[in-house]
Amino acid sequence: MTERGVASLALRRPVVSRETRRGLTLAGVPFLYALLVLAAPVGVVVVLSFWTQDYLDLIREFTWANYIEVWTKPIYQVLMLRSLKIAFLVTALTIVIAFPVAYYMSFAVPDRYKPVWIFLITLPFWTSYLMRIFLWKIILGYNGVINGSLTGAGLIAEPLQFILYNQFAVVVTLVHAWVSFAILPIFVAMEKIDRSLLEAARDLGDSRWQAFRRVTLQLAMPGVVAAALIVFIPVIGDYVTPRLVGGPNGLMIANMIELQFKKANNAPLGSAMALSAMLMVTSVALIFVWLNRRHMQRGA
Amino acid sequence: MSVLMRIFIVLFIIFLFAPIFLLPVFAFNDSAVIAFPLSGFTTRWFGELLQNAQLQQATFNSLRIAVTVAVLATTLAVLAARASTRYNFRGKAIVIGTIMLPMALPEIIVGISLLVVILQMGLKLSLWTIVLGHTLMATPFCVAVLRSAFQQLDPSLEEASLDLGQSRMATFMRITLPLVMPGLISSFLLAFIISLDEFVIAFFLSGTDTTLPVYIWGQLRFPQRIPSVMALGTLLLLLSIALLSLAELASRASRKRLSMERRNRTYP
Repeated sequence: MTERGVASLALRRPVVSRETRRGLTLAGVPFLYALLVLAAPVGVVVVLSFWTQDYLDLIREFTWANYIEVWTKPIYQVLMLRSLKIAFLVTALTIVIAFPVAYYMSFAVPDRYKPVWIFLITLPFWTSYLMRIFLWKIILGYNGVINGSLTGAGLIAEPLQFILYNQFAVVVTLVHAWVSFAILPIFVAMEKIDRSLLEAARDLGDSRWQAFRRVTLQLAMPGVVAAALIVFIPVIGDYVTPRLVGGPNGLMIANMIELQFKKANNAPLGSAMALSAMLMVTSVALIFVWLNRRHMQRGA
Repeated sequence: MSVLMRIFIVLFIIFLFAPIFLLPVFAFNDSAVIAFPLSGFTTRWFGELLQNAQLQQATFNSLRIAVTVAVLATTLAVLAARASTRYNFRGKAIVIGTIMLPMALPEIIVGISLLVVILQMGLKLSLWTIVLGHTLMATPFCVAVLRSAFQQLDPSLEEASLDLGQSRMATFMRITLPLVMPGLISSFLLAFIISLDEFVIAFFLSGTDTTLPVYIWGQLRFPQRIPSVMALGTLLLLLSIALLSLAELASRASRKRLSMERRNRTYP
């Protein structure tokens, strides 16, 4: 390098500012951890999904075969569509239940009791996840709480059998598991609503319902979208609930993924399945976000 | 608020608490069959817990993992939260986004990709592989908690310390850390509870040594073991409530302390 080149390099302001350097040094460690433990493994799974397995040997040749199998074989299509259907159903039901609860907490509960309510709402979440799902099995089971009390009260002669080991049981259990998570973002969005906006709407002649629809509902929307994402993403990949309360017709895609990695010993196919599921989750999530953005723009 | 709304809220609370309410009911019920009608009071299921060596080993494993995860995740999260609240740097969105990503992925994806890599590298599954996965899952939650703790921190306190000649490190240790301590405690407890309760990743990444949830999963297949599992669940519930209350108290103390400092500064 010429002398002038060196001089001009030295004169130039440092390419990386001190602020950037400090920030990156700090965040670098957790970033590296996430790269090594998450990004790299997911990368390996991506590579694996394009290979095939012949009994125990990996065939390291690029192929779309796994993806074609995942997207065309009826059994996988059924499981994938069922997972989507259950995830949508759970998300919708969760929000329908969570919205009024969040509304009550934000608009009816006095400020000083709000922390207590938040504690109350999140408490069930802190009991063992497995145990919670298992308890639903007890509630919905043949000799369970519901059947026991209904037969005890003489309302039915025979225990109801349609309430456990099916998709209904999966939906109920999952709604219960995620409803607290859905309440919180909606509640937070409602807390931010300036109450004088509602008064203004009423003063300007809106009915209570109109004010609710045009002010509260509009401004709570970001919370609803956040809630939908928080519920939808984990639900579609849920593994335990379908296994415990789903019965044969309630199994979901995660159960099939596990089967491929363990018993069926076909990691490449399992990888393609996992990535397809992830792709689906991501696209649905992006649609949610896009719809929300369009909604906000129209509102403004 | 209308009567309809009140009825709805009451029904909702019943729905939310029904399973938890049943846990102690069956833990003290004197019957090996989990069903109604109840048959009498007993504490023998709790007694069985004390004699179960496997269960004790699994509990011990889980506690060790949870403490390790709590320390690791909180340390990583302090770095990330500090960087994200204090500095503006290029690539910040990508860096922080990657750290928070595990929150937005189904657990099964995380578990499976780690499993594949560990097996491909020829490593053996152990408690450490679970620690690896749990730390990844817990860190984003800790970042969320710590970010709000760092945000509430008044930067002028640190500036004062630097102006008075303290080094950056000394300032961090003597000013910043004590002020965010309640946040640290909350983050530690949160990571601890997340790890203690996590099943899917532990299920994929455990070798011969299991964690408590993996052990419980194995027990659920044997009907005669269920009552002791209920007793165990009751104990875990009490532990969670105790830890949660502790975390809540810590964050309340933090809010009080910070608001007090702010007041003292405004009216000297």
